[in-house]
Amino acid sequence: MLLREVEYARPASVQEAVRLLSENDGARALAGGQTLINVMKARAASPDVLIDLNDLDELKGIDLGSDGTVSIGAMVTYSEILDSAEARARPILAEVCAQIADVQVRNRGTIGGNVCSNDPTNHLPPLMVSLGATMTIVGQDGERSVSAEEFFLGVYMTAAGPGELLTKISVPPGKSDGFASISIGKDGTCIVNAAASVNGGARVAIGCVDAVPVLLQTESTDAAAVRDAVRNANLVPPSDVHASADYRRHLAAVVAVRAVAQAKGKH
Amino acid sequence: MEVVSRKTITMTVNGESYEREVDARRLLIHFLRDDLDLTGSHIGCDTGNCGACSVLVDGVLVKSCMLLAIQADGAKIETVEGLAQDGELTALQQAFSDHHGLQCGYCTPGMLMSATALLRSNAHPNDEEIRKAIQGNICRCTGYVNIVAAIKAAAE
Repeated sequence: MLLREVEYARPASVQEAVRLLSENDGARALAGGQTLINVMKARAASPDVLIDLNDLDELKGIDLGSDGTVSIGAMVTYSEILDSAEARARPILAEVCAQIADVQVRNRGTIGGNVCSNDPTNHLPPLMVSLGATMTIVGQDGERSVSAEEFFLGVYMTAAGPGELLTKISVPPGKSDGFASISIGKDGTCIVNAAASVNGGARVAIGCVDAVPVLLQTESTDAAAVRDAVRNANLVPPSDVHASADYRRHLAAVVAVRAVAQAKGKH
Repeated sequence: MEVVSRKTITMTVNGESYEREVDARRLLIHFLRDDLDLTGSHIGCDTGNCGACSVLVDGVLVKSCMLLAIQADGAKIETVEGLAQDGELTALQQAFSDHHGLQCGYCTPGMLMSATALLRSNAHPNDEEIRKAIQGNICRCTGYVNIVAAIKAAAE
């Protein structure tokens, strides 16, 4: 398909990328392009300028800190997470990335692109919230850190504003995590998903039911307690061709219980 | 560095070098098919779902409808046209023929590139690994059984 006319730059440093994003009206960062190029075809997004991040080696590494924190550059692809010894310190990262779409998409799609597009059906926003990840954002005024809970602001909206760039995601240590979803076909778009981390109680983040992941915290990790927490959250999920709001609300409890059970199994 | 709407790019496709001026908005699949006349890679859905446009970019399997040509400036591309050498099919291509791994053939170029990528990283995949490797390639004729059999046979 012929895209609308667009201008393009491929900067060699984060500093230059931030400058280009700030100075050009209608500029958008192009990461793996597995969402953005498609929504440009559909004219659902029409950036005037694409700032291609693919030469930014500063955003491509995965580091394992001495305290067990896994720091992942925003331009790390799902496939790179699958192959990374460092990312294995928090096994759920690779387990979830293996469920995203297909080989081709995993080879190009990036962790930063996934969270910054913040499509409510994406896998990684709820996962980052349940894990208590920290996002590092760089702008012309310098660098700041935002918790995953504060990062996701609305459908397609995050704390990384115009002229800013997500550079790094830091995931604290742990291994008692789970992820469950009901998707359209195996590894397809999620109808409902939930990520859970168990540490005494449970942190459960449910996706696809609101503009941003819904975080629930329970003291007990029993199925009944998790189910009650989901019910008491009074979710108002969207209805669409794949599931009615009622059915999505039902599934939200199902996937939350499954995700917590999976997390408990890894104690 | 300033932004551009058009640029002269160079690319090595199946071992041959090309230099062309392209619009920034041009998708890699259109560059291959329309500018280089390499029409082996197909456009099935043009929405990133079907995998008929799959090619290798610097050895990495991608869907060429979700990459701009300008992004592949300087890259080494492999397409289905580069598989057979001097009219001799690869073992994988021959296996697709022997096992009836195609009917209409529309998905075949993408299937072959996905299977080529798989066999390079995993010389002896099992059925499950084969199915996972071609998850991004949709075939509406075969039901996949013969495709899986062909890829398995090529690995043996």
